[in-house]
Amino acid sequence: MDLLGFGDLLLSGTWVTVKLALTSLAFGLVFGLLGAAAKLSGFWPLRALATLYTTFIRGIPELLLVLTIYFGGSMVLMAIAEQFGYTDYIEISAFAAGVAALSIAFGAYSTEVFRGAIQAIPKGQWESAQALGMTRGKTFFRIILPQVWRLALPGLGNLFQVLLKDTALVSVVGLNDLMRQAYVATGSTKQPFTFYMAAAIIYLGLTVLSTAMTTWMERRADPAARRAAA
Amino acid sequence: MNWNWDVIVEYFPRLIDGVWVTLELIFLSGLFGLMLAVPLALMRASQSRWLRLLPFGYIFFFRGTPLLVQIFLIYYGASQFDAVRESVLWPILREPYWCAIIAFTLNTAAYSAELIRGAIQAIPKGELEAADAFGMSRWLKIRRIVLPRAFGIVLPAYGNELILMLKSSSLASTITLLDITGAARTIIARTYTPLEIFATAGVLYLTIAAIMIGCFRLLEMRLNRHQHYKMPTELSAVDPRLSD
Repeated sequence: MDLLGFGDLLLSGTWVTVKLALTSLAFGLVFGLLGAAAKLSGFWPLRALATLYTTFIRGIPELLLVLTIYFGGSMVLMAIAEQFGYTDYIEISAFAAGVAALSIAFGAYSTEVFRGAIQAIPKGQWESAQALGMTRGKTFFRIILPQVWRLALPGLGNLFQVLLKDTALVSVVGLNDLMRQAYVATGSTKQPFTFYMAAAIIYLGLTVLSTAMTTWMERRADPAARRAAA
Repeated sequence: MNWNWDVIVEYFPRLIDGVWVTLELIFLSGLFGLMLAVPLALMRASQSRWLRLLPFGYIFFFRGTPLLVQIFLIYYGASQFDAVRESVLWPILREPYWCAIIAFTLNTAAYSAELIRGAIQAIPKGELEAADAFGMSRWLKIRRIVLPRAFGIVLPAYGNELILMLKSSSLASTITLLDITGAARTIIARTYTPLEIFATAGVLYLTIAAIMIGCFRLLEMRLNRHQHYKMPTELSAVDPRLSD
């Protein structure tokens, strides 16, 4: 891939995009699991907090979230640091702001996916684990969580697609991702269509790849389907 | 860090102007998108294999790439070709407003075409066979049975799509439009109060989303009222003669 000598630049941008997507996925999954645990907890303030989190985050644009964290986050951090006597300027990198915004958004959506998956597991399994003398925590990690993975995968796969496409938003605050590098290449070649089209095709390749990965993982996670395929 | 209420009060009218731009964007592109999506969905659900495959590339492209790329492709990309710049379409393609509407329209049409296709395929076969039995022609059947039924089925999913569109409309701010996000960004560039202004913008988005969800609930109740009909338990309530 040469593209008037800008192929390498686009590839380096693609690598940043992939890193951003995977890092946000890792944090987002943690937020999602915590959110689902809070939503299903018996303690009502936790439930209310989780509902507040999912309702607010799902109702505001991801771009607004990225901008708020990038421009507002350093102010909040500086205010906190000031309490501890640190008065220097703190700046949040575009990558960190992107990971924060995208994983918070992913967490809000995946909270619902995880909650649905946990609730889809028959109550009888909780009860039989209890009959075997397992504590609630042990039941969750040994019985419920391994099954949640299988039930949540299709939903999570869709959310990852959305996340992958949303990484482009972080270019707005100056992260050198694929979108940004296409913009840079456009600036010196005056061929916007060529480079945005190249970026679009790379994004398309990434989404196709992630769909294929999800399908493969779904097959792996579901022994019945695996046996049927073999 | 102190929270500055004055800046919110002072610039609130600007943000409200942004609300109108945002609503205009989603209304126009929602309308055009639906007009484009219905024929595409009918093609996707058709019996003919070629007709089914035709919109596939379009839907695949617009669902598989970020909306931001699509907007830039239209707004910046179109100017690369002299043929476009000399054509009668240039006055339209030069305007960020129309570029945003074109990009949103094409994007939402791709997503809603798939939703409508799903709805068309979810219509019980018996209803289509009944229409055939009445001797309805293909178009009459589509007009009177398929589309009205699909519309009722797709409504909840389409409501979600509209909420997603409300959120993606904030991308219009990247090509200089002063929608809610765009207005917020210009205000912040002057006042440097990102937390206050972005939070206000977020509340405005949440309010619009809540109103949209409410409207869709009402519409859904109205369109699918046959599903909520409760049979009177007392037969005498239907007809006094049935009382025993």
